Order: sequence, then C-alpha cells, then structure tokens
Amino acid sequence: MKAHLSRRYLFSASHRLHSDSMSPAENQSTYGKCNNPYGHGHNYTIQITVSGRVDPKTGMVCNLADLDVFIEREVLARYDHQNLNTLAEFAQEVPTTENLCVHIYEIVQRGFTLAHLETVGIEETMLNSFEYAGEKEFTAEEDLRGRGSKPQKQPDKRQQL
Amino acid sequence: MLYLTRKAEFAASHYYHNPEFTPEENRRIFGKCNNPNGHGHNYTLEVTVKGEVDPRSGFVVDLKQLKETMHREVLDAMDHRFLNKEVPEFAQQVPTTENIAIAIWRRLANKLNHAKLHRVRVYETPDLFVEFYGEE
Repeated sequence: MKAHLSRRYLFSASHRLHSDSMSPAENQSTYGKCNNPYGHGHNYTIQITVSGRVDPKTGMVCNLADLDVFIEREVLARYDHQNLNTLAEFAQEVPTTENLCVHIYEIVQRGFTLAHLETVGIEETMLNSFEYAGEKEFTAEEDLRGRGSKPQKQPDKRQQL
Repeated sequence: MLYLTRKAEFAASHYYHNPEFTPEENRRIFGKCNNPNGHGHNYTLEVTVKGEVDPRSGFVVDLKQLKETMHREVLDAMDHRFLNKEVPEFAQQVPTTENIAIAIWRRLANKLNHAKLHRVRVYETPDLFVEFYGEE
C-alpha cells in the first residue's frame, strides 16, 4: 500500500538575483527589481513530498518526527535567516527559487533515506511557486518548446545523483 | 480525460497506539500523538475523480451525487467522531493520516457512478497532507 506524504516548512531569507555573466543592463532587464544590489527577502514555504509503503505496524510512510529533524538540521538550519548569496552553493549560481529547489532536492535526496523523495516545492510568495522532481535536463527540443527555465547546473552532475 | 476535485471538511479526534508495541515503543514512535485521551484535528478532504465529459450534461460526474456519496460514506462516519473508537477500520489499525486516506479511498472507490476515483488527499493540518492513488 503506497501513499504520498507532504509536509510544509517555513523559513525566511534574503537574496539578490544577479549574474556576473551579464552586463549591468542585461541584469537589470532580466531580473528587474530583484537585481537591487542590497538584496531583498522572502518568507519561503518548502513543501517536501515523500512516498513509500505504509508500514502496517505504524500506519506511517515514515515517521514525521524523523523528517522534521532532518529538514530542521539539513535545510532550515542552512537557509533560515541567511543571505542566500553568501552561501557556497550560490557563489557561482544565481539564487533563484528554481536553483534553491534543486539544492534542497539534492540535500533531501542524498540524506533522507527513510522514504522516497518525490518532489520539493517552494513558494517564494503567495503568487510564485516552483517545483522540482529531480528530472533530468530538458532536451534541446523541449527547451525550444519553452518548457520552463533551464536549471543552471551541469547536467552530468545532476544525473549522477 | 478531465479531473474534478471536491473538498470537504471534517473534525475528528484520534490517538496513535499499536498494542503490538511496548508502552515505551509507543511513546517513542508516536510521541505526543500516543496520549490515550486523544487529540483532534480539522481535516480537509479532497477527492479527485477522472472521466470523460458527458456530451449531453457537460459533466465529468454529477457533483451533487459526488457530494452526497462523500457525505454518506465518509463524513457521516468520521465527522465529529473519535476515529479509534467509532470508525471500524481503526479498531485494528492506527488512524494515521496515511490510513485515513486509504480508508476513505476504499469507502469511495466502488461507490462512484461513471467517474473513476483518481486521488484521495487528506490534510491533517494546512502543513501536512497525504495522497493515496489506490496503489496496492
């Protein structure tokens, strides 16, 4: 008997969207007010969805307390009340919520072994939300059809996970 | 194929306890949910059905009928109840949100005319929900 379980967590952080590979004018036209050099902040909501067999003894996919402890230690402690641009993963990468989704997915995928990770979703505001399910890179053809934004990480790295 | 979702709310109490576990194991695994006096939640149920649009009615499913079925099969049994003591499925099973979603699926799956049950989603709180797609 397989079920999906989703849990939401909140954290607050600041960021600035800026790419060194673009000119100041390109940065401004691409990121708009998010390019403000002083940064700005959000209350982020993460939604972690895991799946697995419902253990007949406990009635659980996995113990929520274990998931809470893991997310608190590995995700919230890392990102809550931080300036995302100062973190190692964003030294070379723009801290968009798309990229943040991929990083949190990788953290949970690598470290949480008590259930299968399905998706990581992040709401940046009430109006913007992002979801990552660990898919491989879009093909060139799919990119031409305009399916979403292409993550900036190297494809070979993600596929090894 | 179209998917249609109907929401409903119910309030119920429960506690987590497995008689096969020792008291210490029950406390360790279930934490504060093991309090035998129970505690309660406002649950939100989302039932998603799928089907083709009937060319005459324009419906995937008769919403009134779906609502009545959800009330008869689920809400009448679970709303304002102590799940462990008043809902037969939980006499032998811990009433976790996982098991509640499975129980609701089984109560509804064969009771829907025309449309097919696609997903049962149960929110225990706004920050926690379980989805069951009928996968055995």
